[in-house]
Amino acid sequence: MYNVMCDVAIIGGGPAGLAAAIAAKEEGAEKVLILERDNALGGILQQCIHPGFGLTRFKEELTGPEYYGRFVDRAKELGVEYMLGTMVLEVNHENNEILCTSSQYGLTCLQAKSIILAMGCRERTRAGIVVPGTRPAGLYTAGSAQRLVNRQNIMVGKKVVILGSGDIGMIMARRMSLEGAKVVMVVELMDYLAGLTRNRVQCLDDFGIPLKLAHTITRIEGNERVTGVWVAPVDEKKQPIAEKQEFVECDTVLFSVGLLPENELTRKAGIAINPITNGPSVNQYMQTSAPSVFACGNVVHVNDLVDNVSQESAQAGKYAALYAMGKLNARQNTVTCVTGRNVRYLCPQTIDANQPDGKVSVFFRVLQPEQNVRLVARCGDDVIYTHKEFRVNPGEMNHVNIETVKLTGDTVTVEVIKEGE
Amino acid sequence: MKKEIICTVCPRGCRILAEGDGEKVLTAEGYSCKRGLEYANTEYAHPVRILTTTVKLAGVQNDLLPVRSNKPLPKEKLFACMEIIRATAVEAPVKCYDVIIPDICGCGVDIVATKTVEA
Repeated sequence: MYNVMCDVAIIGGGPAGLAAAIAAKEEGAEKVLILERDNALGGILQQCIHPGFGLTRFKEELTGPEYYGRFVDRAKELGVEYMLGTMVLEVNHENNEILCTSSQYGLTCLQAKSIILAMGCRERTRAGIVVPGTRPAGLYTAGSAQRLVNRQNIMVGKKVVILGSGDIGMIMARRMSLEGAKVVMVVELMDYLAGLTRNRVQCLDDFGIPLKLAHTITRIEGNERVTGVWVAPVDEKKQPIAEKQEFVECDTVLFSVGLLPENELTRKAGIAINPITNGPSVNQYMQTSAPSVFACGNVVHVNDLVDNVSQESAQAGKYAALYAMGKLNARQNTVTCVTGRNVRYLCPQTIDANQPDGKVSVFFRVLQPEQNVRLVARCGDDVIYTHKEFRVNPGEMNHVNIETVKLTGDTVTVEVIKEGE
Repeated sequence: MKKEIICTVCPRGCRILAEGDGEKVLTAEGYSCKRGLEYANTEYAHPVRILTTTVKLAGVQNDLLPVRSNKPLPKEKLFACMEIIRATAVEAPVKCYDVIIPDICGCGVDIVATKTVEA
């Protein structure tokens, strides 16, 4: 067994892990070690060759590789260490141990004073949404197709139907079109766009790709390779209207039907998971139910903008470093964040009201799209924060800002109110 | 001539209603910032887009270098540019922002690397 020690161990060398590592170093942690299963740092951004990253953080529109490149450079500058091709098998936080393996060192035991979970997320698959029909070749999740096209130079198909109007699906619609494929249509179950409007314009409208809202794929056909799919409109209960279904010929189907935080390690470690986000419950320090374990990025909740991930991850890195140095006080005075009207989930789920310079951003997603609303944080009847939004929708994360000094009682409710009510 | 333009400068996606003579915007409403207005003005007459794709890294099986146009290209030239890029291969080492194809399609725009690759 190969034995290693460090102050802060980070599982995942993607945008979350990199930002956390940099913040941990900047806070004063001595040995910061990233464990990454891929053969390079950068995580999912390695395959996100399109622009749209860094608008808030760098005030520039960068591609994925440019964005993570800046973090890798800074991490190396600061002396962040990393082990590539390394798969974590187990997190044993009670003993401050991580068990991992790599071809270079074999089975490895890493001792760390604090641990940061930054494993990102996985895609929901065809099997996960149980689409009826055959199981031919030519079916991919949008992200797998993206990896094959952008990192392995493999063209996944010529005539494509995409299920799901999430950002990944739309971006692949553009990518496939530019590489000469025909993207026949994008099919979306809900009656609104799942991803950013900007992507609908630049990835679908630009290429004349029709978007079928309130539709779904009811059946996949094809023996060895997919030959086509049946597409039907759905009613208000999201049930397909069989009489109106149409056969659409294609040789490839891309599924962009949701991302699931990758928390196998978290669950195995007995760390509390929030049932709505499917990620660990955290406080504003990104600290989980296990005091020495922190979490950041898509493993906590799926984000739209990597700029936000970098911000949240810097929090995790800073406080994980403070914890490793014995400078983070035990949690007292925990305030629970409660979801109010039209709020699906909140992150963080709890707030340590004793935070010294107490300014906490609580991020959330709405359940339904709405216009002309007010975002409100209140303790009982006392409104402690509010601001107006012209438009809110589930595909675009929102936030409220809370000053811990204004918290009274054990809960704070975050809700969306229609103006004039 | 009226055009509804959805601004793509930032994730807000303001819906801008632009009215003009087909070449130039005369009035516009719905934008929330200066950049949005500039975007509407360009988009109305001569829409442009940033192009991103990959270029083969010679010598390494299936290895790819991600590239981008350093400035937006005219929307109607995207497929022509893709043909040229598809025929291009590069050798390592490459530094991020090295010019891979200068002045592509005579548009005054370079295709540059977005990643550093060691030899």
